[in-house]
Amino acid sequence: MKEYQTITEISGPLVYAEVDEAIGYDEIVEIETAQGETLRGQVLESSDGVVAIQVFEGTSGIDQHASVRFLGETMKMPVTEDLLGRVLDGSGRPIDGGPDIVPDERQDIVGAAINPYSREYPEEFIETGVSAIDGMNTLVRGQKLPIFSSSGQPHSELAMQIARQASVPEEEEGEGEGSEFAVIFGAMGITQEEANEFMEDFERTGALERSVVFMNLADDPAVERTVTPRMVLTTAEYLAFEKDYHVLVILTDMTNYCEALREIGAAREEVPGRRGYPGYMYTDLAQLYERAGRIEGREGSVTQIPILTMPGDDDTHPIPDLTGYITEGQIYVDPDLNSQGLQPPVNVLPSLSRLMDDGIGEGLTRADHGDVSDQMYAAYAEGEDLRDLVNIVGREALSERDNKYLDFADRFEEEFIDQGFETNRELEETLEIGWDLLSMLPKEELNRVDEDFIEEYYREDAGGETEAEATAD
Amino acid sequence: MSQTAQTVREDGIISSVSGPVVTARDLDARMNDVVYVGDEGLMGEVIEIEGDTTTIQVYEETSGISPGEPVESTGEPLSVDLGPGLLDTIYDGVQRPLDVLEDKMGSPYLDRGVDAPGIELDKEWEFEPEVEEGDVVETGDVVGIVEETVTIDHKVMVPPDYEGGEVVAVESGSFTVDETVVELDNGEEVQMRQEWPVREARPTVEKKTPRTPLVSGQRILDGLFPIAKGGTAAIPGPFGSGKTVTQHQLAKYADADIIIYVGCGERGNEMTEVIDDFPELEDPSTGNPLMARTSLIANTSNMPVAARESCVYTGITIAEFYRDMGYDVALMADSTSRWAEAMREISSRLEEMPGEEGYPAYLAARLSQFYERAGYFENVNGTEGSVSAIGAVSPPGGDFSEPVTQNTLRIVKTFWALDADLAERRHFPSINWNESYSLYKDQLDPWFQDEVADDWPEKRQWAVDVLDEETELQEIVQLVGKDALPEDQQLTLEVARYLREAYLQQNAFHPVDTYCPPEKTYLMLTTIQTFNDEAFDALEAGVPVDEIIDIDAAPNINRIGVQEDYEEYVDELKSEITEQLRSLY
Ligand SMILES: Nc1ncnc2c1ncn2[C@@H]1O[C@H](COP(=O)(O)OP(=O)(O)O)[C@@H](O)[C@H]1O
Ligand SMILES: [Mg+2]
Repeated sequence: MKEYQTITEISGPLVYAEVDEAIGYDEIVEIETAQGETLRGQVLESSDGVVAIQVFEGTSGIDQHASVRFLGETMKMPVTEDLLGRVLDGSGRPIDGGPDIVPDERQDIVGAAINPYSREYPEEFIETGVSAIDGMNTLVRGQKLPIFSSSGQPHSELAMQIARQASVPEEEEGEGEGSEFAVIFGAMGITQEEANEFMEDFERTGALERSVVFMNLADDPAVERTVTPRMVLTTAEYLAFEKDYHVLVILTDMTNYCEALREIGAAREEVPGRRGYPGYMYTDLAQLYERAGRIEGREGSVTQIPILTMPGDDDTHPIPDLTGYITEGQIYVDPDLNSQGLQPPVNVLPSLSRLMDDGIGEGLTRADHGDVSDQMYAAYAEGEDLRDLVNIVGREALSERDNKYLDFADRFEEEFIDQGFETNRELEETLEIGWDLLSMLPKEELNRVDEDFIEEYYREDAGGETEAEATAD
Repeated sequence: MSQTAQTVREDGIISSVSGPVVTARDLDARMNDVVYVGDEGLMGEVIEIEGDTTTIQVYEETSGISPGEPVESTGEPLSVDLGPGLLDTIYDGVQRPLDVLEDKMGSPYLDRGVDAPGIELDKEWEFEPEVEEGDVVETGDVVGIVEETVTIDHKVMVPPDYEGGEVVAVESGSFTVDETVVELDNGEEVQMRQEWPVREARPTVEKKTPRTPLVSGQRILDGLFPIAKGGTAAIPGPFGSGKTVTQHQLAKYADADIIIYVGCGERGNEMTEVIDDFPELEDPSTGNPLMARTSLIANTSNMPVAARESCVYTGITIAEFYRDMGYDVALMADSTSRWAEAMREISSRLEEMPGEEGYPAYLAARLSQFYERAGYFENVNGTEGSVSAIGAVSPPGGDFSEPVTQNTLRIVKTFWALDADLAERRHFPSINWNESYSLYKDQLDPWFQDEVADDWPEKRQWAVDVLDEETELQEIVQLVGKDALPEDQQLTLEVARYLREAYLQQNAFHPVDTYCPPEKTYLMLTTIQTFNDEAFDALEAGVPVDEIIDIDAAPNINRIGVQEDYEEYVDELKSEITEQLRSLY
């Protein structure tokens, strides 16, 4: 291995060096500064005689006398089942004072794409115990379902609640043995406080034993954030597809990851895409998010819950926008609902689980699940619309029917959504509450529900019918 | 991907690597030639030649590839293999069969440097000749038939670059795609396999005005915004608004002979869903498995971006090949925006002068070249065939003013505008009826009049008028509430509500509602019109609007969609509505 002291230019997170041998694209580099500090980086561009290197820890401390070593391989993550219970930094080095990690294998962190032909379609219901998710935006094993939030919102509480409560109903009956559940937590640029919240929750619930934690905090190098999620996902894939674990990956905050991408792009003087983010951000994000899934013939699964804070609470911003185009739905945490005190403050209307349709229904959850969900969406949307009108004309000016929808929207938020971060609801209970609420409406209004289900579940005594008759008279 | 005998050319040497873009020096290659890059032989295509430097877009991951490694040219442009075996198959963007890749790589992950022919070379097909010795055949003529799938007879044709002549030998029986089945007097030999460069349209005689609809079984499409066989359509919409579901519905239910589904830079699981579902689902026209008429191209978002750029060309070339056989082909591309972004990504690595929003200046030209390859054609062999092209568009932030949407709208004749607002309230398909249009409407009316009902155009116009009126009235309602409107306008709103809830909405996941034949589409509309006419009569007779709206039968309009025996149901419903309304006065 040759050492070079040939740095010609240092610019932002980038270092350019002259070389006299062939250096591979994406190869790992070590840079030793005059102070004896070793920094790591990766080859971003390799041409005859010159390479561009992106330095994970940032370039401060590097000068033209620093020596550059090319390790002759691309970035690897040492993987082993023993990672469970460990806390690592954003580049995968232990920071919990525990023993050195003895890897089973070292895997390339830039995972190859899963052959679409080899995937297995995800359709196993995960019960999160959160009505807004289970009832209206069902999560399934192998799905990538991000939380769209904004700064200062309780997205972490929601993510922790999911991590704590998530279970697959059949498992409780003893099936699916041999497949254990694991959580991999990847922090990118979050504050120490936020990180502590997660760690405390992990410790309190004993979840740490079945978790691997990667920490890149706000004061850690920004460029390192571009490798952290790849370390996380490489570990996840190993545990899922080689060790049969059902892995839940929580990545937070994807916004910080994207900022790091933007920084590197700017340093390279690339032509920027929308709002200064790199034109290849869609592809880059897809290479992370698409690492969720199931594979034919393998027991385990990788389920992803990335969290992102939308700058300006604007979902047309490139980070949520590109994410939404790749992930299989999204859960919106809503500042208005939060200030009303709803826990979790999930706005179901723009939320979506694209894999719900195939994961619910007879034999999977309950036969009426889809209809109930559809009808509640429509009813809540109608109630929401009417709230605007009420502000103008007042409740009295509205018809009996409209008033029922207004009541529905209120009770939907109070009873269905606002369950608290500590309550774990079974799906049965979620659907029962759903029927309580739907029964406020006259039967004829339930045009998205099969008549047989109305027959079975509609509560005649809930006020929906009798009052409707009264108005007709 | 076709594997041509490689002419020996001068190898080059890699001089730089940056993501999917590699430059080489001293390479003897022409523009668009396919080359093999590096020691692992990654597949790439020449996209720029400047002096001694050749720029290559590589269709596989380039990690670890270094300057100094060799580059070898095939001397051939990027081409696809055409012949029996294209259907019931799933390819990546450069026509490598994904099942074969899984086998060869022995892994569920896509490895590098593995190539595979687009159609099986050693499989034998039963060739039934359609010509005899002494017959004279011309370019494009059908010389024989192979049963490719239960649904499709594959026509073996004289390739476009042949001259044609007198048949001097004909075979019959089992042959591989590379064995000669017909020989001509000029020495030309016809095999089942042809090759065609993907970036070039296959020749035709002329483009004709399309006059038959591509019936989709989706009410709002067939009923209000129909696309023709040979037509073009765009489906723009933000994420979650229903682009993919609409494309899947078309792939399942459109009455085309052949479906080419191109998953371009989208989700892996969406392709898996198609792979799982299509062999199980029935083609509504033949009852055979849907896969028997389908070829899938999957270059998902995490697969190499250069192969994403080429996947739409691979798709449309396969589509043209079946068109040449006289078939009606429908191609769905989900999403054309990802294709445009792949162009942008590569263009920016080439440091080309960026145009609007960083897209290359040739974006508009590429889009129109693509959609121009759709159409209703008279083929070289005298048959008629069509390629319909339906492209999803994914505008950033759902804003239709961006370059891909705008440039697409300049070309396509059908516009299905998806609407996030409708999607949020689970109004599906969330196609906005005010913004969408079809420029084929008038030329397709005669077909609907002949095949469904004489007054098809009038009924449609009535529905459009009611919906327009509703839009205006809603503006007032937003200010004063519904009860402040005069009774006749309140009634119009009620009629419009049924149009929206029963007619415009259609649940893709309901076993019956998912497919609605045009007859049912029509009957549903006439039922709502019956309600309208009878209700206005009642109103005129002095019945209060609340009583009219409240009749028991009316809400059943919303249940027509899920009825299998809809004719009977509609008949009964119409008489109930009439009876109940007339009993009020
Ligand atoms: N016709 C439809 N019927 C029922 N649900 C639909 C329909 N169209 C869309 N959806 C719902 O909307 C979701 C998003 O649709 P999709 O086509 O994936 O959106 P896009 O491709 O525009 O992001 C689907 O997962 C499904 O739940
Ligand atoms: Mg889509």
